[in-house]
Amino acid sequence: MNEPLLRELVPAVIGVLVRRGADFASAEDAVQEALIRALETWPDDPPRDQKAWLVAVAWHRFLDIARAEAARRGRELAVEGEPPAGPAPATDDTLRLYFLCAHPALPGSSAVALTLRAVGGLTTRQIAAAYLVPEATMAQRISRAKRRIAGLPLDQPGDLATVLRVLYLVFNEGYSGDVDLAAEAIRLTRQLTALTGEPEVAGLLALMLLHHARRASRTGPGGRLVPLSEQDRSRWDTGLITEGVAILQAALARDRLGEYQAQAAIAALHADAPSTQETDWTQIVEWYDELLKLTSSPLVGLNRAVAVGEADGPQAGLAALARLSPDLPRYAAVKAHLHERAGDLAQAAGLYAEAARAAASVAERDHLTRQAARVRQLLRP
Amino acid sequence: MKYLLLKHYRGAPTPPGFVPMDQWTPEEVDAHIKFMYDFGSRLEKTGEFVAGEALAPDGAWVRYDGEGRPPVVDGPFAETKDLIAGWMIIDVDSWDRAVELAGELSAAPGVGGKPIHEWLEVRPFMTAPSTVTE
Repeated sequence: MNEPLLRELVPAVIGVLVRRGADFASAEDAVQEALIRALETWPDDPPRDQKAWLVAVAWHRFLDIARAEAARRGRELAVEGEPPAGPAPATDDTLRLYFLCAHPALPGSSAVALTLRAVGGLTTRQIAAAYLVPEATMAQRISRAKRRIAGLPLDQPGDLATVLRVLYLVFNEGYSGDVDLAAEAIRLTRQLTALTGEPEVAGLLALMLLHHARRASRTGPGGRLVPLSEQDRSRWDTGLITEGVAILQAALARDRLGEYQAQAAIAALHADAPSTQETDWTQIVEWYDELLKLTSSPLVGLNRAVAVGEADGPQAGLAALARLSPDLPRYAAVKAHLHERAGDLAQAAGLYAEAARAAASVAERDHLTRQAARVRQLLRP
Repeated sequence: MKYLLLKHYRGAPTPPGFVPMDQWTPEEVDAHIKFMYDFGSRLEKTGEFVAGEALAPDGAWVRYDGEGRPPVVDGPFAETKDLIAGWMIIDVDSWDRAVELAGELSAAPGVGGKPIHEWLEVRPFMTAPSTVTE
């Protein structure tokens, strides 16, 4: 059974139920139950028309839920039988679901969960496994999110920036459990690109493809972090890079720059270079300057200081760093790197150790500890 | 029976011959990390691993401060004597097995590939009341 293909049908099937008069929350629940049944029965008994099967099973499930609810409240069921289906095309429904599930009223973690379920067609169990939380917790998160957006009409124009941020969050979560969230984020962003044609959506897709292309080279044995300068560039996926660059160029040509396009441009310059030394750092600094105009994120300043260090030398990098707050995460790590490049090994070793103590992930902490150890070894007589 | 193995940043007695990790060689650091990683996967294979996480050193004490007021936040824990670095929950047949595993974990290699003899805290979980009571 082709599970990604099955998942692609989910938003359209929710759309059909909603157009037949179901409320979004019940329709989504009913489709989720139909999806779980499809995953159980299709391998042995595949239907001829997959979408029709899902619609039929989900609709009957919805009627069961609605009847039980009506009986509980002691009144007649308003929705009966097979009401006329609206003529609206399925793609519109899918786009509206993106906007509804990533509604600005929802906290990020809820928007992520709801998007993965209603647009991505993942089961609650899969989403829970991917985020390493109990299934009951994830089920509650999703139903709370649905209560929060209950009553919002499906046909309102949405907030694209929130949708992109949600997809970016999913992509960054990466890979744990049996679902590859990075690949899922790419699939959803690709679908959204086809639905909107906005250059920033294409920018985000290009950014994801360019980062995904380097995934295999980014970690070593035991999950060990491999920095960009040490990555085996022959393992980068050139097919994904070519596709990412082409999508980015088409987006940039439309002359409506946004932060994802600028980030993708930086990723493209890295992807294009045979080594750290042969990277066009001057152009990367220029892109960071563009990025600073588009976002207030202080982390951009940190990355810019690294790029300045490569383009104009470590002292220039340290001068750029001195203008930023030392409280920023990874500040000590960047400072250690620049001091090492400047030849000040004693200070670099101390800063790497300090950065390791402040690291936010185990992989980063281990990497920085190793860096401290490496530089201290250079200092030994 | 479930046990919690606790690793401390601070607060555990200092083992003999202690050298901070950033003063090891890169190879010694690698060997140590590999040992920890292998230990976890071995316990998954024996069916004794339940969960484990590392904790960042920053954090704070927090308590309720009365109706309509924000909670009191005291920290980061610069003054705290005891600071937990990480934990692992294991599910084993006996206290002796828990001690045996903690001993193996404490033998993680350090300088010169020799065991670091780190002190680990082993705490039994309180159990649910048993079904059969007499």
